Amino acid sequence: MTQEESRAAYWKANLRLLAILLTIWFVVSFGFGILLAQPLNAFSIGGYPLGFWFAQQGAIYTFIALIFIYAWRMNVLDRKFDVHED
Amino acid sequence: MDLQTLSFLVVGATFVLYIGIAIWARAGSTSEFYVAGKGVPPVLNGMATAADWMSAASFISMAGLIAFLGFTGGAYLMGWTGGYVLMALLLAPYLRKFGKFTVPEFIGDRFYSKTARIVAVISLLVISITYVIGQMRGVGIAFSNILEMDLTIGLLSGMVVVFIYAVFGGMKGITYTQIAQYVIMIFAYTVPAVFISLTLTGHVFPQIGLGSTLVGEDTQLLQALDKTLMDLGFAAYTSVTGMSLLNMFLLTLALMIGTAGLPHVIIRFFTVPRVRDARKSAGWALVFIGILYTTAPAVGAMAMYNFINTVQPGPIGDPQGNVVIEERPDWMLRWERTGLLRWEDKNEDGRLQYYNDRNTEFAEMAREEWGWEGSEFTRIDRDIMVLANPQIAGLPNWVIALVAAGGIAAALSTAAGLLLAISSSISHDLLKGVFMPKISEKRELMAGRIAMAFAILLAGYLGLNPPGFAAEVVALAFGLAAASLFPVLMMGIFMKKMNREGAIVGMLVGLGSTLLYIFLFKGWFFLPGTNMFPDTAEYWLFGINPTGFGVIGAILNFIAAFLVMKITKAPPEHIQHLVEDVRVPRVSTSS
Repeated sequence: MTQEESRAAYWKANLRLLAILLTIWFVVSFGFGILLAQPLNAFSIGGYPLGFWFAQQGAIYTFIALIFIYAWRMNVLDRKFDVHED
Repeated sequence: MDLQTLSFLVVGATFVLYIGIAIWARAGSTSEFYVAGKGVPPVLNGMATAADWMSAASFISMAGLIAFLGFTGGAYLMGWTGGYVLMALLLAPYLRKFGKFTVPEFIGDRFYSKTARIVAVISLLVISITYVIGQMRGVGIAFSNILEMDLTIGLLSGMVVVFIYAVFGGMKGITYTQIAQYVIMIFAYTVPAVFISLTLTGHVFPQIGLGSTLVGEDTQLLQALDKTLMDLGFAAYTSVTGMSLLNMFLLTLALMIGTAGLPHVIIRFFTVPRVRDARKSAGWALVFIGILYTTAPAVGAMAMYNFINTVQPGPIGDPQGNVVIEERPDWMLRWERTGLLRWEDKNEDGRLQYYNDRNTEFAEMAREEWGWEGSEFTRIDRDIMVLANPQIAGLPNWVIALVAAGGIAAALSTAAGLLLAISSSISHDLLKGVFMPKISEKRELMAGRIAMAFAILLAGYLGLNPPGFAAEVVALAFGLAAASLFPVLMMGIFMKKMNREGAIVGMLVGLGSTLLYIFLFKGWFFLPGTNMFPDTAEYWLFGINPTGFGVIGAILNFIAAFLVMKITKAPPEHIQHLVEDVRVPRVSTSS
């Protein structure tokens, strides 16, 4: 693989990861926490109505997890494409 | 010891601590002054970012907003945290790789244009100055209402402390002070929440307590709150109320995009040593922010529950069911003195009623059946929900003193971050970047300090003569950040072909349309009485609230930039290479 191809492949892998993580980001907050919250309130989690829990607790926990997953996957990608820092 | 002496001691001790840190962390070079020498470890940077980010609005106003909004208050919780996902994934690592000092500097270099840089500086100044007003008001509230001290003296002492550590320490001094401020702030916020959660539900963690049953009962706290609110004619706490789902959606998105576009938060990611530290640091920042943000909904709901039960200790409708005015608790007396809480015995029964008198059917029924002549609380400022919380729960005086110190820490830490963003954009972007490119480092550092001193004076003046309501003003700054800076930063990284013309037009369209929409409803330059339309849903374009308009501004920014890019020249070769370099942490050694 030439350096140019390698860079393009690295960027493509990065964009794929972003697409997956941002889809989860959107579904959990805008989907579960806002648009679908009222129907989800029929279920409950830890005593909370589920939709309410997503809007005021669950979305935040998901966001934290997403960033750490991103940092971990990007480190793996950096090494795979040999663009990691020391 | 009485509350006031105790409060002075606690707040005074924190000030001594901040000044001590300032003396230890003096900035000697422009790199230390602007980006703390790029040597801050990721976890500590995360903590400093959290303090930088969590303002007086987060600490003082947010839980109160949620208490009165219920479910839709989630817009603030998700909006002010979800933006970190955007920042971590779309901006922080690339801007760190670029490796310069300020946000306008990136925009100027990436779009090879001094004009773009100046437009970015203007956007940054509009955003940061709007935002700093809210912080100064927060310092004022903490001093005048908790410490019962004159607002002017309180504000001046706050300014002197910020002056000492921000002017001498720059980003380095600010960073290490913010770490201390985070610890004070989070301790002050969680201690009362834990006590209240224990009293109401028996759970130590408020995050679990909010979903639990009340002590000695089978009823869930949230169900009890829903029922009491509905019995008083309000909508249920967990239902959609206060704003439409469309506005909740737009506000959440505007706050998220705005968060990701706030220059004073972005520059925090310039201070870590490596690209991978920038990614991880964003995660740590959100962990530290999340501790407060997952506690806030519990604080809001429990404060509401306690408040209603104080006013309505007996059955609703029972002539003996409401609190007797002569026997009202001390905290009410205390907050009546500040004017933030007001009541009027409309039906002259010697008791206080709190219910939804805008619900005409319910108000009619309450008048006929119970002789209620309107809700008797004529003013409940939402800000008192957090400040009065320890008193409502009957906590000891040192906790109340701690909350005062926490509120001041929250406001000062954010103000300092904003002041740095303001002064660096003036000394580094305008002075060195545009007007005096040959300025020596020593003189630039001096210019940075002078700009900082002026920024503090301006912020202090605006704090004494505040143009508006704290939380609202802050929400508007987000709209502007969302509409002007975030789109061009993102396009600068993700669209190699985005050019100078597109970026400039995009920023101007985003900033202009959002400012125009806000001014139409809030008054020109926020001057009262100069608004063209009443600020109500019937007049809003498609029912969009001005605080949520940033999303539309951002979309207009993207569209305008894209259209202009299509009809103008592609960026030069070396700029396209620059974008490629920004996208990788290190140039590969193997070929």
